Amino acid sequence: MTANQVALSYLIASVLFILSLKGLSHPLTARRGNLLGMIGMTIAILTTFAYTRRWDMAIGALAIGGIVGYIVAKRVEMTQMPELVAAMHSLVGMAAVLIAIAVVNNPQAFNVEFPIPAGNRVELFIGTFVGAVTFSGSVIAFGKLAGLGKYSRLFSSASVVFRGQHIVNLVLALTMVGFGLVFFGAAPEAQWPPFIAMTVIAFVLGLLIIIPIGGADMPVVISMLNSYSGWAAAGIGFSLNNSLLIVAGSLVGSSGAILSYIMCKAMNRSFFSVILGGFGAAEGAVATSGEQKSVRSGSPEDVAFLLGNAEDVIIVPGYGLAVGRAQHATKELAQKLTEKGVRVRYAIHPVAGRMPGHMNVLLAEAEVPYDQVFEMEDINSDFGTADVAFVLGANDVVNPLAEQKGSAIYGMPILEAHKARTVIVNKRSMAAGYAGVDNPLFYMDRTMMVFGDAKKVVEDIVKAL
Amino acid sequence: MTGTIDHTVINLTVFVLAVFVGYHVVWTVTPALHTPLMSVTNAISSVIVVGAILAAGPGSFDLGTILGAVAVALVAINTFGGFLVSQRMLEMFKKKDSASKPAGHK
Repeated sequence: MTANQVALSYLIASVLFILSLKGLSHPLTARRGNLLGMIGMTIAILTTFAYTRRWDMAIGALAIGGIVGYIVAKRVEMTQMPELVAAMHSLVGMAAVLIAIAVVNNPQAFNVEFPIPAGNRVELFIGTFVGAVTFSGSVIAFGKLAGLGKYSRLFSSASVVFRGQHIVNLVLALTMVGFGLVFFGAAPEAQWPPFIAMTVIAFVLGLLIIIPIGGADMPVVISMLNSYSGWAAAGIGFSLNNSLLIVAGSLVGSSGAILSYIMCKAMNRSFFSVILGGFGAAEGAVATSGEQKSVRSGSPEDVAFLLGNAEDVIIVPGYGLAVGRAQHATKELAQKLTEKGVRVRYAIHPVAGRMPGHMNVLLAEAEVPYDQVFEMEDINSDFGTADVAFVLGANDVVNPLAEQKGSAIYGMPILEAHKARTVIVNKRSMAAGYAGVDNPLFYMDRTMMVFGDAKKVVEDIVKAL
Repeated sequence: MTGTIDHTVINLTVFVLAVFVGYHVVWTVTPALHTPLMSVTNAISSVIVVGAILAAGPGSFDLGTILGAVAVALVAINTFGGFLVSQRMLEMFKKKDSASKPAGHK
């Protein structure tokens, strides 16, 4: 293949990737979009094989990775999607580093001049550094999500902070840039030490950036690392003068950046305060307000009675629902209510779950029809006319304190469940949510608390209906 | 104006335009599909496999070749796993009761 033919095939692949993302604008076109992405990737890989000189090792490696990927994709549970995505980000980051090392080792294999021009060195530096940060950061994120905190404090879902953390990070970052500068000007035989030093520092930095971020901020972290993995690919594209890598990397990078923005907005957190960490520390703390406020608690039978007599029910699922594996029971409940003529809808907060859109996938897995599932902006105005808001395993996202100036979560957009005629809340206990803030919703006169495991409670309600 | 355009400038042009395209396309993605979006972008970023194949493929056999092959194996997990798991998720968003409201919500 000539260089022009290669470039044109890469152009086709790039367009297919764009169309693939565009397909995700609606569930009906999404599968076609995914298919276009696969076709684009196939074209990209075949084209590359057509002009590389040696196939055997790459084919073998591709087969091994492919088999592992296939098995993982088939076996992974939908609740584990955040872990899987984090693990995959780390692989892209690692690959970027390995490729960069290979370029430094033998630039001619990539049609890069020898000795490597300064411009390409800057690009290599960026690609390596972003890749290394993506790798180690994603490994930590994976550990936190997979609950490996019991094996190492590094993976603790709480925020890990130490004195002078920001200064250490700053000094490391500057040192890394310093080694980068040495690398830019080094003679070919002297380029390894600064390159290796800067790569190692980048790995450490990635680790240090992610450990202070608490469990509640995971949706932001995953999106951020998603973005980084894209920029890493784009960075390598720059050093290899490969437009396909640049285009695909930029698509992914901007996608991740947008998701981070949406997640920060949904939690009313600035991106920088997430990065600086320290928010998730109060996770699971029990609400200890001075006076003993009373709550009205009820049995599943009471709930069944209330739901059965309602006309318009809005279910607010939270991560507690997924942890308790209550999606299927909930869907059954909704089905039974629908048969009785009750209108049932689901209201999804953008940060319900542990990654963007997680709750939608969990509900879809339970075969909840997606036209019953509504985003926050689309359904919030309907709570006022709803008979029952049924909050299942959600807490902070329905906390009316968010509308009150001076509270810790002031300004966070919430689902206005408190406006419904009756509010039913299922929780395991009265513990506060991630934000560690007490929730006045639980103490309202119109609220009935149903304590217990989400799955068991919902099943009992279904039985009582 | 004389001289040839530097590679880096061409790359930068492609990069900036692609970021714009990405920005506008991704905002059209429905929030309900943000998890699949992430797994699809994950699969797409595995296009870095192209660089890895090149690294594994020069005629000689050295450190770079081995690292390249390792990189290919690692990223291939994303290439295959990413698209397949997206496929699996998107299957779930298939409409089961196609009789009711044809268009669904926006």
